[in-house]
Amino acid sequence: MAVNEQLNTVASPATPAPASPAPPPVSERTRHERRLGLALSAPAFVVMVLVTAYPLIYAVVLSLYNYRLTDPAGKDFVGLSNYSTVLTDPVWWTDFSTTFIITAVSVGVELVLGFAFAFVMYRILQGRSLVRTGILLPYGIITVVSAYIFRYAFQLDSGFVNQWFGLGDFNWFGERWTSLFVIILSEIWKTTPFISLLLLAGLVQVPWDLQEAASVDGASAWQRLARVTLPNMKAAIMVALLFRTLDAWRIFDNPFIMTAGANKTETLSFLAYRQNVTLLNLGVGSSISVLLFLTVVIIAFVFVKGFRTDLSQVRGDK
Amino acid sequence: MTGNRTSHWWTAWGLLILVWALFPLLWMVSLSFKDPNTFRSSTPTFFPKEWVWTNYDTVFSDSLFTSALRNSVGIALIATLLSVIVAMFAAYAIARLDFPGKKLLLSMALAIAMFPQAALVGPLFNMWRNLGIYDTWIGLIIPYLTFALPLSIWTMSAFFRQIPWEMEQAAQVDGATAWQAFRKVIVPLAAPGVFTTAILTFFFCWNEFLLAISLTSTDRARTVPAALSFFTGASQFQSPVTAIMAASVVVTIPVVILVLVFQRRIVAGLTAGAVKG
Repeated sequence: MAVNEQLNTVASPATPAPASPAPPPVSERTRHERRLGLALSAPAFVVMVLVTAYPLIYAVVLSLYNYRLTDPAGKDFVGLSNYSTVLTDPVWWTDFSTTFIITAVSVGVELVLGFAFAFVMYRILQGRSLVRTGILLPYGIITVVSAYIFRYAFQLDSGFVNQWFGLGDFNWFGERWTSLFVIILSEIWKTTPFISLLLLAGLVQVPWDLQEAASVDGASAWQRLARVTLPNMKAAIMVALLFRTLDAWRIFDNPFIMTAGANKTETLSFLAYRQNVTLLNLGVGSSISVLLFLTVVIIAFVFVKGFRTDLSQVRGDK
Repeated sequence: MTGNRTSHWWTAWGLLILVWALFPLLWMVSLSFKDPNTFRSSTPTFFPKEWVWTNYDTVFSDSLFTSALRNSVGIALIATLLSVIVAMFAAYAIARLDFPGKKLLLSMALAIAMFPQAALVGPLFNMWRNLGIYDTWIGLIIPYLTFALPLSIWTMSAFFRQIPWEMEQAAQVDGATAWQAFRKVIVPLAAPGVFTTAILTFFFCWNEFLLAISLTSTDRARTVPAALSFFTGASQFQSPVTAIMAASVVVTIPVVILVLVFQRRIVAGLTAGAVKG
């Protein structure tokens, strides 16, 4: 299975690049291989550069201008003042904290829930494929649809939640924390399957004889989990965490559909969208885009350097 | 190893997971069959008092939804096809060949998988307007295919590593060039991995919302997720709630079919690339 090979590479310590010996004479065959490799990967490379790197540089340039599409003639070079405008505006920091709360809570809950799911899928004997099929449905569903499902379930005039739990006419979308609760609930429902499948792949890799040895030595189920299973899954856990964290950090669909950003539920992606597309304020909007990108770079850096997340497996190099 | 009793326990937990996964979908279906004129209540129930098809008639007679469905299917299929083709070449090169720039390509793919799409809506919005591809299919296909590439490249290169490459070498010994060996020997062997990648890529394009509302303005190119957020129901006096749920059920059906038929492949693909879709 693909899984096996991937995770085996994780378990072994990162192999240091061998000190390069004097380059051997490049044979005709090698040269041909290089040319073919470049030719085959060129389209992917060109597309990725043109559609992401170029617009990002364009965003950096635009962020230095006072530029509104509603007033194109008034385009002025303003240096870094858009950045100071954004960073001194409480809206940025409110949206930052909203994004942070949604990310921290949903990823935290998903990690625990996802591990529980993975463990059940690992141990279950009857109905294994049924459970795996069922768990894939939330994964495949459109996020906007998930947002509507949860919104209407909690909404006063259409939802069953208040009736079932005897909450009367409690308005979930009337204030920040309860709105965030429903947003996070939808996010968790939709994305836990992804994290649990990644964790399952890691779980399958934990050598069975290690478990057995611990069991023979008298370790309880909890001790086996904490001392044997989890440490052996560290690489899989970190990779799942990194991907889900960055995915949650760009959350947009759920708050857009459920609250339209009301009651301080606007996220950073939402703010970037609103400034650029709704308000056509491309100068300030671009500086928000660049700042958003920088936050992602910082998160990735913390994971890779701080938590030593080994990305060689996801990058696909051996 | 495990006794019968513990095995039953795991089955019970599995059932609980199924309920967790399916319950919101049941609610979606139930709400889509409620009467749009009477579903509002101060004490709403879970199931309709009376099951009606009205909402399905509404969405299929609404050009906003039908054109969105056409756009979604067309854009998702074309973007998936292009992305898979481009990624297939790159994945082959990564899995099989040694060439300069390989690490750069992989790092770039990783960076794009983590990239916040919202950071691009401003510049793309402006560029697309200048290029005249704002609010067109191609205007969505280009970014979709790009953002789907990392997933496609990883998943496929993971699959490609499983292929018995001796057969390719055998073909080369018999006088085939690397290209011929790729086309005649490897492509048939690689087809399952390519197909799995296509499913995951399709899910991504089918789901995408932020770019869909940022880069479209009319029903020329608006996809289903974007159209849903603009949906107003049969008339302005009618609540769109039940109609939105009916439309949701319709666009969930392809997902359910793909999941039911290809469950094993999707799980293998998701864990092979260790990437989000």
